[in-house]
Amino acid sequence: MNKKSFGSQLLAAPHIVWSVLFTVVPLFIMLYFAFTNADGVFTLENIKQIGLYKKAFGISILYAVIATLITLLIAYPMAYFMTKVNISSQRMLMMIVMIPMWMNFLIRTYSWITILANTGIINTFLKSIGLGPVKLINTPGAVILGMVYDFLPYMILPIYSVMSKIDKSLLEASEDLGSNAFNKFRRVILPLSRPGIISGITMVFVPSVSTFYISQKLGGNKTMLVGDVIEYFFNAGPDYYNVASAISMVLMIMILVCMVIMNRFSDDDSEGVII
Amino acid sequence: MKKIISIFMTLALLCLSLTGCGYEYQELSLVGTYTRDYAGTEITVYNWGEYISDGADGAIDVNREFEKVTGIKVNYLTFESNETMYSQVKNGGVKYDIIIPSDYMIGRLIKEGELQKIDTSKLSNYNLIGEQYKSLFFDPKNEYTVPYSVGMVGVIYNQKLVGDVENSWGVLWDEKYKDQTLNFNNPRDAFMTAQMLLGQDLNSTNKDDWKAAAEKLKEGKANLQSYVMDEVYGKMETGEAAIAPYYAGDYLTMLETNPDLRFFYPKEGTNIFVDSICIPKNAKNKDAAMLYINFLLEPDIATANAEYIGYASPNTAVINNPDYYYYQNEILYPDEKDMPKVQYYHDIDDKIRIYYETLWVQVKLY
Repeated sequence: MNKKSFGSQLLAAPHIVWSVLFTVVPLFIMLYFAFTNADGVFTLENIKQIGLYKKAFGISILYAVIATLITLLIAYPMAYFMTKVNISSQRMLMMIVMIPMWMNFLIRTYSWITILANTGIINTFLKSIGLGPVKLINTPGAVILGMVYDFLPYMILPIYSVMSKIDKSLLEASEDLGSNAFNKFRRVILPLSRPGIISGITMVFVPSVSTFYISQKLGGNKTMLVGDVIEYFFNAGPDYYNVASAISMVLMIMILVCMVIMNRFSDDDSEGVII
Repeated sequence: MKKIISIFMTLALLCLSLTGCGYEYQELSLVGTYTRDYAGTEITVYNWGEYISDGADGAIDVNREFEKVTGIKVNYLTFESNETMYSQVKNGGVKYDIIIPSDYMIGRLIKEGELQKIDTSKLSNYNLIGEQYKSLFFDPKNEYTVPYSVGMVGVIYNQKLVGDVENSWGVLWDEKYKDQTLNFNNPRDAFMTAQMLLGQDLNSTNKDDWKAAAEKLKEGKANLQSYVMDEVYGKMETGEAAIAPYYAGDYLTMLETNPDLRFFYPKEGTNIFVDSICIPKNAKNKDAAMLYINFLLEPDIATANAEYIGYASPNTAVINNPDYYYYQNEILYPDEKDMPKVQYYHDIDDKIRIYYETLWVQVKLY
């Protein structure tokens, strides 16, 4: 018998109510707006218009992919290193990863302006040694940097949590069987940490592809990611709710597809899985 | 013992901080009379950012003074663009009692029935509004609005960084100033810079005009450092950017921080706007809102606001006050011979508006 007691069902009630009110209902409202016009009549016009914004989708995906790869390249060695040191150092490193996350991400993004600006910290230094100024802010690179900085902890944490649970005896066994360090990494550590990588990639890619503030502040408002287009249209008033909903829906579908693909790579019972 | 010391220290700190930020209270002399009948109620005011004297540097804190005089609590919220304000008012989540949009947006709100009439005969200070600011195109019978602030757009430049520049909107397209120029981050104002350069009517109903302006904007985009709104202050004051179109009044504010800045009204002409006080149709506390409007028209209050905002005032009690900081300022109140060619924004037909608001995304994506 798998029947749950009434009490345990009751415990889940707040969360279920919450999810229905703030996830499921809004989702249907979005779908409704996406497939209707201003008068509430069914139409595919909004979907047809999405082609106008394909460039926004294109650069959003491109930036998000690059940002995800960079975070992976930084986070993986970092997580590996964290598992190698003693437990108090691990706590310390964990703190260092977490502290920026406790600050609002808008503020963290804003601080990059003062670092990257033409009159910012880096360029002031470069100028003083006769090497500057270099154009850093208002470039695609600055936007990607912002994404990497903001979402890096979401990559480190799942990889670290999976890696730290790898059974040490498996590593010893591989050494006993004659693996060198490289083979030990490639044949044992990498496959065992895969669930962490997969969930890390998802947790960085999804917010990156749908972000909107970073591109405005660090990209000088000169281009628009999908998130920026949606924000712009919602701010521009009710005339655009339908188009903005259609764009949101497509973004949503893209994210879902990509999560399904990512979960394919992951084992069903692994710890890092998101959905 | 330790506890006593710490309490003592806390008290000492408290006193220090109180004397530190306590501003010199100037006794207000009010012209109108303000009933306390509405004490304990509240009003929600929705205004532009940095658009009211807030008590900084010993100036009058307008909202606090109003609360003191009437006992009405002021919930003060700000917006960054007419469009944001519009969507907030339309979606009705918050019921505002006072909003202060610009002319063309007022035209649109009136047309859509979002505003209620203001009986100006009940405002004892209404006679202070200059005649030239009454009966403007968006409210010809003065039924819905009370003018608050007037401004014109011009070009601000940093003489130290770029020397003297040509008196034209063309500077924003000039490759000499690559990566040093800014433009507005809202479609109407950004299109205006291109429309003026192309010699168009700012309220053109011809899609081709807007298309041409969009092409012009795309052409100049590579030259631009960024599209900004309020960030323009920091960027111009620190020398991060050298040339930016913005409102004349804001130039005067920036000049206080950076004396290298200069300003001109481009020869092609420019936009003039009047921001006016309105009461939305679903206001909850209209009588208190009327008190608030009359309070904003008070000579002392209007002068404090005009000095804080730095825009031109439509209030004759301010304009004719020799103690007013910008008294006879030639940028805010140019002589007839220096007056630039100006055009108001009008509320544009929905089809055209949606056309250029969508084109704006294409400019950004270009």
